[in-house]
Amino acid sequence: MSTIIPFGPQHPVLPEPLHLKITLKDEIVTDAIPMLGYVHRGLETLVSIKDLDQMVQVVERVCGICSCIHAHTYCMCVEGILGIEIPKRAEFLRIIWSELHRMHSHLLWLGLLADAFGMESLFMHCWRIRERVMDVMEATAGNRVIISINKVGGVRRDLSPDQLRWIAQVLDELERELDAIKPVLTNDYTVKKRTVGVGVLTKEQAYELGAVGPTLRGSGVAQDVRMTGYGAYKFIDFEPVVEKDGDSYARTMVRFRELYQAIDIVRQLIRKLPDGELSVKVKAAKPEGEIVCRSEQPRGELLYYVKGNGSKFLERVRIRTPTFANVPPLLAMLPGIEMADVPVVALSIDPCISCTER
Amino acid sequence: MALETKNIAKTQLQAEVASLKAVGYRFVTLSCVDLGDSFDLIYHFDRELQMTHLRITVLKGDTVPSISNIYFAALCIENEIKDFFGISFDGLILDFGGHFYLEEEVKRYPFCKVSVKEPQAAKEGN
Repeated sequence: MSTIIPFGPQHPVLPEPLHLKITLKDEIVTDAIPMLGYVHRGLETLVSIKDLDQMVQVVERVCGICSCIHAHTYCMCVEGILGIEIPKRAEFLRIIWSELHRMHSHLLWLGLLADAFGMESLFMHCWRIRERVMDVMEATAGNRVIISINKVGGVRRDLSPDQLRWIAQVLDELERELDAIKPVLTNDYTVKKRTVGVGVLTKEQAYELGAVGPTLRGSGVAQDVRMTGYGAYKFIDFEPVVEKDGDSYARTMVRFRELYQAIDIVRQLIRKLPDGELSVKVKAAKPEGEIVCRSEQPRGELLYYVKGNGSKFLERVRIRTPTFANVPPLLAMLPGIEMADVPVVALSIDPCISCTER
Repeated sequence: MALETKNIAKTQLQAEVASLKAVGYRFVTLSCVDLGDSFDLIYHFDRELQMTHLRITVLKGDTVPSISNIYFAALCIENEIKDFFGISFDGLILDFGGHFYLEEEVKRYPFCKVSVKEPQAAKEGN
């Protein structure tokens, strides 16, 4: 006999209202249906009353965790339609802050995952390390989360040589602290028991169902939008982080290894940071035309479709966030697992409902 | 900068999408733009980080063939568009009936430029 029970919208492991209608046979999940709409804000419709520059602040509020990359992608779209080339230094600075966002997002998620296992000590370690990244953000941009450094035409803030040296020191300390928690993630019995072989998404399923980010790369697909070389990524050497097993552990390890990758990318950016202006002037712009731009957020591929109609207000801004793309893959991971594993598997895609519903 | 799209008729949609899938394209998403008396639907696909886009233009009130039978991933965005723009997709494999995000008491399509009322079911006895 089957039983249908709600998972969420309020659940101890997820601060956001993820709601799944789960069908169980005994303790085994046989089906799951997503139920959304708890935090939908209709932000995309604000284009009709917010001008080009004001929309930067709007898109930053799609998601607190990856606000910088939302603003960056939106600015890339508008600059693309207007045919603006921003200064090279601004491209580098945008990516430095974007990679800092990746670090704090992955550390926040690792902490939440540890908390879901009941490993409070690891949770506190992860969040303590994350605070170092937040300190960098606060000291360099004035805010911890929504840092508002992007604008159409470039960036609003610079990094001084002293700040760059200090960031490099913080990165060294971060790397040491990650090394310290690495044995727990790689060897601990509880972590492996709860994640290895749980919530498997095969390579074929991941690709076919449109998975993105660590969810896709954890299933063995080496796809990362940063490889397209947008912004300053074209000047950086890196390889996408890939794991092959497709389970919750693989997705965890992709994110953990991406922390080291982000540290390396920021180091390269600091070394190669060119001198120059922070922005170009964009005065009374009235973009006309359509464009699609993509970027790699901590959770995966972000897509913006922007259409301008020749006025100071855009005709349409359409945002496809990574979690939205990872909902169908999540539905494929759940059947066959025990109900007790649903929270960890759901968490393994790093769901952001604020992004999903916009 | 112009977005390069392949303009097709809605009758060609299923065949075009199936042929893209056959050569290894991943469905990325679908964008809808309200043009006043019609909608632009732009389907975005990716293969090895190269994108391709299909565009169909449909009159308001027209139905569109769902591609969720080809790409399961399309079911979320097709339901979202049904909520916000009121476009019905034929053959949607999991149809939330216009209430993917919206509660049942919402009777308007909030993303349409001129928000239109959801068609009322014929009254009993009429």
